[in-house]
Amino acid sequence: MSQGISQPDQPVIREGDTPDLFSKFDPLIQQRKDLLDSGIEDPFSLVMEKVLSPTSAICNGRETILLGTYNYMGMTFDPDVIAAGKQALDDFGSGTTGSRVLNGTYQGHREVEQALREFYAMDHAMVFSTGYQANLGIISTIAGKGDYIVLDIDSHASIWDGCALGNAEVVPFKHNDIEAMEKRLRRIPEGAGKLVVLEGVYSMLGDVAPLKEMVAVAKRYGAMVLVDEAHSMGFIGPNGRGVAEEQGVIDEVDFVIGTFSKSVGTVGGFCVSNHPKFEIMRLVCRPYVFTASLPPSVVATAATSIRKLMRNADKRAHLWENSKRLHAGLRKHGFQLGTKEPQSAIVAVIMPDLERGAAMWEALLKEGLYVNLARPPATPANMTLLRCSLCAEHSEEQVETILGMFERAGKRVGII
Amino acid sequence: MNRADVDTKIRSLIEPFNKKGIAITDQTTFAGDLEFDSLTVMDFVAAIEDEFDIIISMNQQAEIETYGQLVDAVCKLQND
Ligand SMILES: Cc1ncc(COP(=O)(O)O)c(C=O)c1O
Repeated sequence: MSQGISQPDQPVIREGDTPDLFSKFDPLIQQRKDLLDSGIEDPFSLVMEKVLSPTSAICNGRETILLGTYNYMGMTFDPDVIAAGKQALDDFGSGTTGSRVLNGTYQGHREVEQALREFYAMDHAMVFSTGYQANLGIISTIAGKGDYIVLDIDSHASIWDGCALGNAEVVPFKHNDIEAMEKRLRRIPEGAGKLVVLEGVYSMLGDVAPLKEMVAVAKRYGAMVLVDEAHSMGFIGPNGRGVAEEQGVIDEVDFVIGTFSKSVGTVGGFCVSNHPKFEIMRLVCRPYVFTASLPPSVVATAATSIRKLMRNADKRAHLWENSKRLHAGLRKHGFQLGTKEPQSAIVAVIMPDLERGAAMWEALLKEGLYVNLARPPATPANMTLLRCSLCAEHSEEQVETILGMFERAGKRVGII
Repeated sequence: MNRADVDTKIRSLIEPFNKKGIAITDQTTFAGDLEFDSLTVMDFVAAIEDEFDIIISMNQQAEIETYGQLVDAVCKLQND
């Protein structure tokens, strides 16, 4: 972010009576200014000057343990993944400069879709330029005028934006509340199309959805089901296919949305499905058609990474151990956590308010630890959270070091 | 249920959400006068939906700014 936001309006007085379109952001600009004026390092403009490994980097001049990336499986520096990317750069160039449906489908795009079909054991896979666009595109395209989308109130921004881009009736229900979801499905007028949108792991608190029950209810009302498994791929479920696989309902799920920006360790998004007509999406889904395809190096790294994620039972087991160790340690130190038990690779630490949350974030950074500061409106129930996401490459010793940092910082800021 | 009955029911449902005890008329706005945030809106809408066994989609909610508009919308949805 530039320094410009702390300057006064220019021009100060506008011609005529027209409002400055930026006036609506004044409260946020003020809140940010107050926070920075209190002397705190800006939590939203951290720069990583050098990345040393999946778990450490030089941030704002300091060597820092990374506990706020989504590099769950530590694939970003995997030698095979990097080699595949370099080879693709040499063989296919730096970018495709075109849409998937015109000149932007290379061999690599086909190969990564094949890898996804095998990973999920599904018939169809469609790769988007980001996970955000995958949700935007699939949701807005399949649910049309007169159809109903029933979704969890804590859904990711890309799911909400997919709803906003389309023309369906949007009906939210209380987070993970099976009965609230059921009531809404029951009241939908007869004959209307229904899409239920759920997530495997909710990324703010790191809690999982009761998909077994929810998918069964959705099917009882004849709804199609889309599950966003962004935060579970490669980690949860016997084959790393996510929470729906873990709970034994993946065969009932119509569409799985995922991303390459987390466990896969690069960038891109996808939807996999067994729907017999799924391929028509490639022609009608605007966020797929009207944007350039991923660069060849990106799809090559993704395909290699996905294939390696099929065989990583040891890494998964170690990631679970890390998550359990961090969760238990933070609880012991007296921090309030988002879930009673660790349910994923995300452990959310609940802060009393934004001021102390930002102070704690800064104290941790000075200790040499990076976590994500999350605040309203992205968070449920207007909470301020320090979100910790673990990596399979964090060592047991690193987790112990992290716990020591939390204890010192928490005492200094007066949270524990 | 006629409009007066719907009005009476909604008046009782809104009470726990009307923290400041604002006097409610048909012109009272949810965002401005009652200062409802998105979470309060969700809980309040759920209470009305359960009472009248209807759905008020977010698309419909976007059209409802005042108390009077809400009563009208619920009357209409009930009769659909
Ligand atoms: C649940 C969920 N869905 C989708 C996305 C979007 O993924 P991407 O980073 O690929 O746009 C994210 C990540 O921010 C997410 O957390």
